[in-house]
Parts: sequence; structure tokens; C-alpha cells
Amino acid sequence: MSVKREDLLALIRQITSEEVVEIPNSTPYGIIVKKEILLSVCDQLHKNSAFYFDMLSCVTGVDNGPEAGTMEVIYHLYSIPFNHSLALKVILPRENPEVESVASIWKSANWLEREVYDMFGISFKNHPDLRRILMPADWKGYPLRKDYKHEEYYRGVKIEY
Amino acid sequence: MKQQQYLYKEDNLIDSEPNKFKTKELKSEEMIINLGPQHPSTHGVLRLEVLSDGEIIKDVVPHIGYLHRCFEKHAESLPYNQVIPFVDRMDYVAAMNSEHAYAMGVERMLGITEQIPKRVEYIRVLMAEINRIASHLIAVGTYGLDLGAFTPFFWIMRDREHILRLLEWASGARMLYNYIWIGGLFYDLPVGFEQRCREFITYFKPKVGELEKLLINNKIFIDRTANVGVLPLNLAINNGITGPMLRGSGLRFDLRRVDGYSVYPELVFEIPIGEGKMGQVGDCWDRTWVRVKEIYESLRIMEQCLDKLEGEYKRTREFDPQAIVPKKIRPKAQELYVRAENPKGELGFYFRADGRSDVPFRCKARACSFVNLSVLPEISRGVLIADLIAILGSIDIVLGEVDR
Repeated sequence: MSVKREDLLALIRQITSEEVVEIPNSTPYGIIVKKEILLSVCDQLHKNSAFYFDMLSCVTGVDNGPEAGTMEVIYHLYSIPFNHSLALKVILPRENPEVESVASIWKSANWLEREVYDMFGISFKNHPDLRRILMPADWKGYPLRKDYKHEEYYRGVKIEY
Repeated sequence: MKQQQYLYKEDNLIDSEPNKFKTKELKSEEMIINLGPQHPSTHGVLRLEVLSDGEIIKDVVPHIGYLHRCFEKHAESLPYNQVIPFVDRMDYVAAMNSEHAYAMGVERMLGITEQIPKRVEYIRVLMAEINRIASHLIAVGTYGLDLGAFTPFFWIMRDREHILRLLEWASGARMLYNYIWIGGLFYDLPVGFEQRCREFITYFKPKVGELEKLLINNKIFIDRTANVGVLPLNLAINNGITGPMLRGSGLRFDLRRVDGYSVYPELVFEIPIGEGKMGQVGDCWDRTWVRVKEIYESLRIMEQCLDKLEGEYKRTREFDPQAIVPKKIRPKAQELYVRAENPKGELGFYFRADGRSDVPFRCKARACSFVNLSVLPEISRGVLIADLIAILGSIDIVLGEVDR
């Protein structure tokens, strides 16, 4: 079940005066937020008793490719008592992508954001422990970027595939 | 050409997977113990860096990624239907459940959810519940093994063998099935499957009781698990914990009931929660107990599915489970997050389709074991090293899903 649209827009209007952009064809319903206000929006959504998003289910990174020149981070929130969900999207430039970490609000963001950092090289400000998680620490490049080319050799061994 | 060998250097491990804590910065009473990646009680290739003060654990740092097989990268280069075998290999002890979640997501993107025949849906749920039992058996049995109880492991392996043979009969594979397809099934159930399933249920029900007596209500087992690794509910929710771990902490939350996907709204089943019978709510004993109770509920669901499959949605000669399997899968441009209740928790898939190609632009798997494992440092500070093994076993991780 998606969250009530009018209430959500009213909440966002309290934080920023700018126009709210919706994500087209998104299930569940989602909005695009500016990266500057992400942390305050998340904080309100977590605390406000009308929304009470107590669970951060998923953090996804998306690379739109070198032509588009943008990357996205998508947060899927869920509220257990109200049984409604919401997607928040942040659009970042491809050069030095950086966004505020939400690990201070939801602890599950800790590992989920580390994974996004590992795969896309999006760095999260004020993250408690930003290290690579799935790839080795000395791995070069970010594998899920669209223009990623794998290395020919790893430690002197030729990589066949 | 001479094959080049891996160049062994002492620093290679230190470069590729360095410890978080530095030996020089430790206090005089602290030491670092390395558990794994090759250790039976870590359930696979998980490395735990334990900072300990004598027997007491001060901090745990899990190092994962030893089984990383690039699921998301593969999914971005394959058509939707060819991703299903990769989905199997994520949670390899409950492959049917993962397939079900994935197929459901793609069907929602195509908008053909309503057209799926009821018989197909009931077979899917039947298969998913059989596999859920197998997964919970592995969880409970290997947990006993971790704590030194050897016999229950053999008993569950004996019973799981029946499940694997049933699933092999239906799909042709013992663990990695590729049975649930987008829009249908690989094949209808084999003739006589329903009857064999009922025989299995009759055989298996007393065996769960035996398992309960032997392991769950065993004095030694209770002493090892009660009041150990207590996970309070607010911490669990804040950490994104789902599945039997969240229910063990006392919240009646099951996506089969909450979302009511597939035919679950038509089925009657209870949701067991941890009650703190042997200790506090949310300890290791509660989590294991919830899993055993869920086995009974899965058996109940199986019986109801079999009733429907033999009655209302009977096998007919004309029935074709591949009737609406789409020849070309090209969803409209959209974003979709789908989730389903796996034996270990909420398995989510995020899809991004660009509307122009047959391959997903982005396919992300939200693995339940991955998120559940992230709570380990929180609940194992200040416990003994032997209890760390008990806590890790009660989380029930599958490293194939943690690393994807």
C-alpha cells in the first residue's frame, strides 16, 4: 500500500518551498528529493506520527550511464503500524557523487549504504563505517557502473572472463 | 602456455580484506581472534573478526563477500527469464521461495498477475511451503550441530531428503529448480505427486514432534540459548530485521499475511511469535522455536493447497502451465519494488525497466540474510565467545544470499 499523497506533499512543503517531483511509474509511490534536504525529510518521515516510517527496507544505487551523467540512490521505506510504503529518490552527479548518510536514523542503512558505496562509488557523508563490503578492499573501480571495464590481471593472474 | 599460479604473498590477505582493528592500537588486555572464513560454525564463508577481552567479546566485525557471484551484474545483461537460475543460487536452500518472489515481480511489471491460473498459483505456494520446511529444517538442525547436538542433524537430513526427492520429481533438480517461470511453471505436477505429498505430511508430522522433544526442549539446548543474544523489538525494527528473527522478538509480522500476495489470503494459517517461554522475548531459543512452529504452519498450508489441487483446481488434460508464459518479456518503463516472505525474511527485488530492451536496466536484490547479519555486532557485544556461535547460528544466514 502506498502512502497518502496529499499528506506527504504537505509534509515536504514544510521543509522546502520548491516543487515536489514525483517518480514516474513507480511502485510503491515515490518522490524525488534534493540531496540537501534528504536527511531532514527522512528525519521527519521517521518521527512524524502520521507517517512513522520505522523500517528502511532497501537502499539501491542506479547508474544512468555516462551519457545521462547522473546516478541515483533510491530508499524504500516501510511503516509497520500504518502498512504503507514509500520510495525516495536522490539524483546525484556522476562526478564525485556524495549524499548524506541516513544511518543515524535507521541502523539498517549502515550495511545497505556500504554496499552502494562498494558497487557505485557513491560516498555517504557521516557514515559510521564506510568501507568496501562485498569486493576486496584493494579492488579498483566500481563494478556496477555502466562504463566499468574489468581488469585484465588480478595479482598476476589473468582473468579469463 | 604455462598456467600462471596465484602469487602467494603474505600481505595479499592484509591488502584485500584488512582487519578493522589495528593490533598496535589495542589495549594490553584486548586481542583479535579471527573466526573463519573456513569454519563449520560460520555456515559457509563468513569471516568474523572478534575483538575480545579474555572470554568476553568487545566487538565483532563480519567480513563478507567471499561468495560474491555478481548477481546484479549478471541480471543486467540477461533477459528476465534467464535470470531465474541466478535467483536460485542466491538462497540455495530455499530456491523456490526466491523464484516465487522474482516471478511475481516481473509479472507485476508486465501486468499479467490477474491472468495467472489458480492452479499455477496453488502449485507455486505448495512448492514454496515445502521448500520453507526444508530451509527451516536446515536452520534448526545445523543450529543444534553448532551447539554440540549431533543427532538432530542426521534426523533432519533424513527428513529433508524426502522433500528434496519430491522436488526433484517435480522439477528435475534437487536444490536449484528453475521450476517457477514468469507467467507459469516449467511443468505441471507429476501424476501421483499430491498423494505422495500427503504421505510425506503423515510421515513428517510426528517427526517434527520428535525434533522438538530432542532438541528444542532439551535442557542443555535451553541452557545454551535462553537469555542469550536478546534482540529487543525496537532494535530489530530499526535494523530492518524481518522473518523469524523479527517474529522471535515478538511482533506478529508476516508478509504472507500483511501483503497477501499470491493465494495466501485464501489459506488459513497462524503466525507464531516469540513469547519468552524459556527466557526473555527475542532470545536465541525464541527464534528457533518460531522456526519449528512455522514448520507446522507450512504443513497446514500444504494440506490446504493439496485439497484445492485435488478438488477445485484438479489436473485436466487441457491444462497447460506454460499457457501464458510470455514469448517476449519487455515491460513498460517503470520502477518496481516487490517483496515476499522467504524462510529467512523479506526478500525484495527492485527492478528498473527502460521500456526499450528485454534486459532489466537495474535489478537489485534486497537479501534478508544480508540485512539480518548486520545486527550481529549489536547483539553480541559483551557475551562469551561460545555464545557468539549460538547467536550467529540463530540468525540463520545463508552465505549465498549474504554475498549474492
